[in-house]
Amino acid sequence: MSNLVDLVIAGLATGAIYALVAIGFTLLWQTSQTINFAQGEFVMLPAFLMLAVASLGAPFWLAVVLGALLSIAILGVAFKKLLVDPMLRHGVLPLAIATMALSVAMKESVKQFFSAEAQPFPSIAPSGSVSIFGSSISLQSVGVFAFGVAAVIGLNLFLERTSTGRQMQAAAQNPTVARIIGVPVERMIMLTFVINAALVALASLLVTPIYLAKFSSGETLGQAAFIAAIVGGFNQVRGAIVGGLVIGVVDNLAAAYVSTQYRAAVPLMLLIVIILFRPEGLVGRSEERTV
Amino acid sequence: MKSVLAAGAALLAAAFAAPAFAQDIELADVAELSGGGATVGTNWKNGIDLAVEEINAAGGILGHRIVVTHADSQSNPGVARAQVQKALDSNPYVLLGPGYSGSVKVTAPLAAEAGVAQIMGGEAAELTRMGDKFLFRTSFGQQSSMPKVAKYMAEDMKAKNVAIVWVNNDFGKGGRDTITKEFDKRGVKVAADISTEAGQADFAADVAKVKASDADAAFVYLNEEESARILKEFKRQGATLPLMGETTLVGQKVIELAGDAANGARAHVGLTTDAPVESVRAFRNRFVKKYNYVPDHNGIKGYLAVYMVKAATEKMGKVDPKGVADALHGLTIKAADQPGLLMDVTFDENGDIDREGFLVEVENGKQVIKQILPKLQ
Repeated sequence: MSNLVDLVIAGLATGAIYALVAIGFTLLWQTSQTINFAQGEFVMLPAFLMLAVASLGAPFWLAVVLGALLSIAILGVAFKKLLVDPMLRHGVLPLAIATMALSVAMKESVKQFFSAEAQPFPSIAPSGSVSIFGSSISLQSVGVFAFGVAAVIGLNLFLERTSTGRQMQAAAQNPTVARIIGVPVERMIMLTFVINAALVALASLLVTPIYLAKFSSGETLGQAAFIAAIVGGFNQVRGAIVGGLVIGVVDNLAAAYVSTQYRAAVPLMLLIVIILFRPEGLVGRSEERTV
Repeated sequence: MKSVLAAGAALLAAAFAAPAFAQDIELADVAELSGGGATVGTNWKNGIDLAVEEINAAGGILGHRIVVTHADSQSNPGVARAQVQKALDSNPYVLLGPGYSGSVKVTAPLAAEAGVAQIMGGEAAELTRMGDKFLFRTSFGQQSSMPKVAKYMAEDMKAKNVAIVWVNNDFGKGGRDTITKEFDKRGVKVAADISTEAGQADFAADVAKVKASDADAAFVYLNEEESARILKEFKRQGATLPLMGETTLVGQKVIELAGDAANGARAHVGLTTDAPVESVRAFRNRFVKKYNYVPDHNGIKGYLAVYMVKAATEKMGKVDPKGVADALHGLTIKAADQPGLLMDVTFDENGDIDREGFLVEVENGKQVIKQILPKLQ
């Protein structure tokens, strides 16, 4: 029994990591109709930017700040202006494919210009652990979980309760009408990308100490987060956290009770079931479009 | 017309005026320069390059300069096979690598068919049981190291119930099969048999399984990066049972990646730059001077591989690619005669190694030698 509790707690910790990555997916989709298949690499890159700055001699805290700012510039502003804008003109699918290409380019660039080997990354959470329901959980995992929940609550409040947030939603739902009523649509969309970049930079800071900085860490994270976003509900930011936690727990239970070789198959089977029977996701809103 | 003939004659003369130095010895290396094994392959390559530089600076092998080419197997046996085939097409003197046992297994038949000696880093027991007359180890095979691990766990750690955590590739499977047999011989029970995947990032479930079993010790046999991740997870989940490994668990890179999660881990180690051996310490200093980091055992393996080529060629007294394998079989070399080999070593008929070994524990981020296990012969 304690083993089950251990596994569920560990699964929630892993799931919080997936949720952090999935939040960006859902946010970008909800506010600018962008599907970003490079989201996993977006979480991988800020850690390397911070390591690169630190290797020039900067103290860690400065490397974190500069790395985060660089991430916002590259993964927010540059991503939007250089990739999203030119490709979105051609439709959502070409943009999605372009982000797949971007993920390969980012991975190979880090491998080429930084290193193929894994790098250690210092943790900002204190080391040590706390006991929950009799099982020991590290403060690092608690930190990731807490940050994930805070991010979702904060984003939800921002989108629903503030004027800027509602303007962002309006810009996403119907840009033409939004422009007519005076919403600065382009600026709202840019704000979305900047928020996503800041979120992935913080996610990177929390997750990399656990998984180590490696050019390929975006692959598994990106796939898990994509599944989490769909299972939870792609058109709701809170779908990200529900989906992430569900996938994390299912993944860990599968590894323990099914087998390690098939652990990756179980979340995918869950994905198929959800798509077949509840395509809007567990907490997503059912969406219809006229064609 | 006369000038054309003269020019033609001059060209012909130039073409036939061969330069007056000996033909280079070409070594082809195929290693894991990217993928999950990037640490292994990068260290191996750096060790090779250092050895080549030293030997060339001292006049080469029997006066011949060494030239080495490196190819990336991407830690993928399929890619390794293609790279080795390509390398063999240019008739190298000796094939070096790969490091991953799975890659060695699929490339060894190619080298054997081409009659090219292959000096590699794989440790799976089955590699030297395939009847391959051209394959040579640079480190202990599992059939040599696992009995020593089992002995230490049974007698020194007094473990009665051991959880085995292993990576699901040829290296990990071979180790798990060998250690299970050894535990059986000593009456040590296997409390849990946990397989993990190569390149796995998340070990929460696996550590939870170890904790849930009634193991009083764990034998952890993963590749380098995964070892670091599982050590961190053991610490994160507050697991206190003693951890034992074989070389990979306590490698220098693993210690760097795992930080203080590595402290307390023990292992049988065939090669380590922390060995209390003068020549090994000197090698470590030369490596650090050139590359600015401390190498792990893979760096030593790559270095030894090149010096094995030198030792075999000098024994033959001539540069003959077809004779390298025969020269190495049954060869005992003392470090005093061939300092590049760092420690006395004997190669047997199957390409296995007999050499001194060490039992190591990680304390304060460094490997500390607890026992020295002498060479058998």
